[in-house]
Amino acid sequence: MSVVYFIFQQTMFFAIPLLIVALGGMFSERSGVVNIALEGIMTMGAFTSILFLNLTGKNMSGQGQLLIAIVIAMATGVVFSLFHAYAAINMKADQTISGTALNMFAPAFAIFVARIIQGVQQVQFSNTFRIESVPVLGSIPVVGDLFFKNTYITTYIGIGILILSAVVLYKTKFGLRLRACGEHPQAADAAGVNVYRMQYAGVMISGALGGLGGLVFVVPTSTNFNATVSGYGFLALAVLIFGQWKPGRILGASLFFGLTKAVAAAYSGIPFLNNMGIPSYLYKMIPYIATLIVLIFTSKNSQAPRASGVPYDKGAR
Amino acid sequence: MNKKRKFDYTGVLSSVFAILIGLIVGFIILLICNPKQSAPGFFTILTGAFTHGAKGVGQVFYYSTPIILTGLSVGFAFKTGLFNIGASGQFIVGGFGAVYVGIMCENLGSIHWLAALLAGVLFGAIWGLVPGLLKAFFNVNEVIASIMMNYIGMYGVNWFVKSYKPMFNNIRNESKPVLQTANIPKMGLDKLFPDSSINGGFIIAVLVVILIYLVLDKTAFGYELKAVGYNRDASRYAGINEKKGIVFSMMIAGAISGLAGACLYLAGTGKHIEIVDTLADEGFTGISVALLGLCHPIGILFAGIFIAYLTAGGFYLQLFEFSTEIIDIIVAIIIYFSAFALMVKMLIAKVEKNKGDKKSGLKEPGDAAASKAVSDKKGGIKA
Repeated sequence: MSVVYFIFQQTMFFAIPLLIVALGGMFSERSGVVNIALEGIMTMGAFTSILFLNLTGKNMSGQGQLLIAIVIAMATGVVFSLFHAYAAINMKADQTISGTALNMFAPAFAIFVARIIQGVQQVQFSNTFRIESVPVLGSIPVVGDLFFKNTYITTYIGIGILILSAVVLYKTKFGLRLRACGEHPQAADAAGVNVYRMQYAGVMISGALGGLGGLVFVVPTSTNFNATVSGYGFLALAVLIFGQWKPGRILGASLFFGLTKAVAAAYSGIPFLNNMGIPSYLYKMIPYIATLIVLIFTSKNSQAPRASGVPYDKGAR
Repeated sequence: MNKKRKFDYTGVLSSVFAILIGLIVGFIILLICNPKQSAPGFFTILTGAFTHGAKGVGQVFYYSTPIILTGLSVGFAFKTGLFNIGASGQFIVGGFGAVYVGIMCENLGSIHWLAALLAGVLFGAIWGLVPGLLKAFFNVNEVIASIMMNYIGMYGVNWFVKSYKPMFNNIRNESKPVLQTANIPKMGLDKLFPDSSINGGFIIAVLVVILIYLVLDKTAFGYELKAVGYNRDASRYAGINEKKGIVFSMMIAGAISGLAGACLYLAGTGKHIEIVDTLADEGFTGISVALLGLCHPIGILFAGIFIAYLTAGGFYLQLFEFSTEIIDIIVAIIIYFSAFALMVKMLIAKVEKNKGDKKSGLKEPGDAAASKAVSDKKGGIKA
């Protein structure tokens, strides 16, 4: 049974950042702007917040420090995503191009600034954020072991964001307008919605969640930040498409991917899998192969937001 | 004809505008970091590539070879309406194919390098074919399929090289060098650029650029591919087999990226497949090259050389205690502003329209350019 708990906890470490970032991407794409810059936004968010952890490491620790870092990561993401928003919305630029530019800029910037500030590009931090067991809740049998032991506060924030996202997208006026802009911006405009403002909102939400996702990805899995989030931004994009731009299915997709990733990362600690003698590289490949296979069966009726990726032009017919 | 010329000229102009802004911002960053060293540092970025004369120029062409090809791969796919983010995987798998033949097939003599090169093309083509087939027949988004293929390719190559004794150099944790006969011949370029690492790979890259240009612009096949890119449904209505188009363009894009990998690892410059769990950079640089080159084969050729030129200059930046990442920052800014091409085009069109108004009342060369620019945009790249 302890193996199940272990795998479940590991799965969370991989799945939660994917979930958060993919949800961010969902808001952007649902408003009609493709945000391929998620990778860069994650890198920037992780960089500034980890730098904060590094600089305040002597005086602060624990959940308070992490919460401030979370705010910093989100703020950075928002600011950085504004570049994408300006290019995509005001300048009607090709969204792939500006996204690629941001993806290229972020790691270069992180290394450049880190070198200036501290001489080396790795930003160290001490991890004081792991929660051994949540008081009271952690002692519930089974459920406590699954959800409330060996965890991070970010896991709960991620789940909170999921619920909030679903409510905002489907139960609020804002969500309805946002979705309208992604499906048929001209119609939304005719109905009195300010398309530009909705798209800015969409991209900025994706920036906030992308930046947060960067921090959430680095904290449980490493003790330093080396100007990369290992392609997680692109994987989040994959999860977003895999999840058909819907919060519930995005959760499913990120759990699926997180589980296969967790098995790949931790199989040597699981006697049953370790004894099978499968080479480690096969485990590393399984998440990607499995995703491809699942996609073959689920892509037939893809439901991308119809206007996603098309710059909105008021005058267009 | 006239109209087409006008479009080309505004396109190039917007790229020049982007490059200027990128360089200016780069200079400002240097200025902020270290005012004293900024002027010589910036000068080094612009001229560093010439530090060693002909050798330096040869190095620029050598660096540019793989990124021209990956750029061409991405640009070609863009032209046909597909976003090939999988150049990275195709690159490494193609490189693997080339290295495999380069090490294992001993008795091929003088055609050994050609066989190795073709193996690279073939492996890359297969890696591009998979997302193409998935897109055409199962409607799988090619972006996500390519991303998955990147990782599968990277881990697969690492796995194979590491576990296959004849190929693995376990002291340096990389692939063994290919046989001497498998290195691409210099084709006389070593005489032109003595001491540099340049080889026939550059000539091959230029030839492929020309070939792709001819295929895209001068053949019915290329026309069909582009038509599918502009509008899948309309092309089907016009009797074009759009599934075939998608499969072929991904396969060709993969083949070009595979060739890029082959050209790098058969260059005889001590480059080996390293066993690290990171995706090959060349694939992502290719995206930048393609975008800077406006997805036009000839533009991509120049964009590849330009980025290689900046990168070569950047090496010398360390003399001034700047890290070389400033080059990536500059290139990123250039790419960012090249995305504003549409606005620059409209601006130029407006200026020209005003000129036209003054000359002949309401005659409309500007309008035509603007509306062309807009329609270009609509049919343009979609992720």
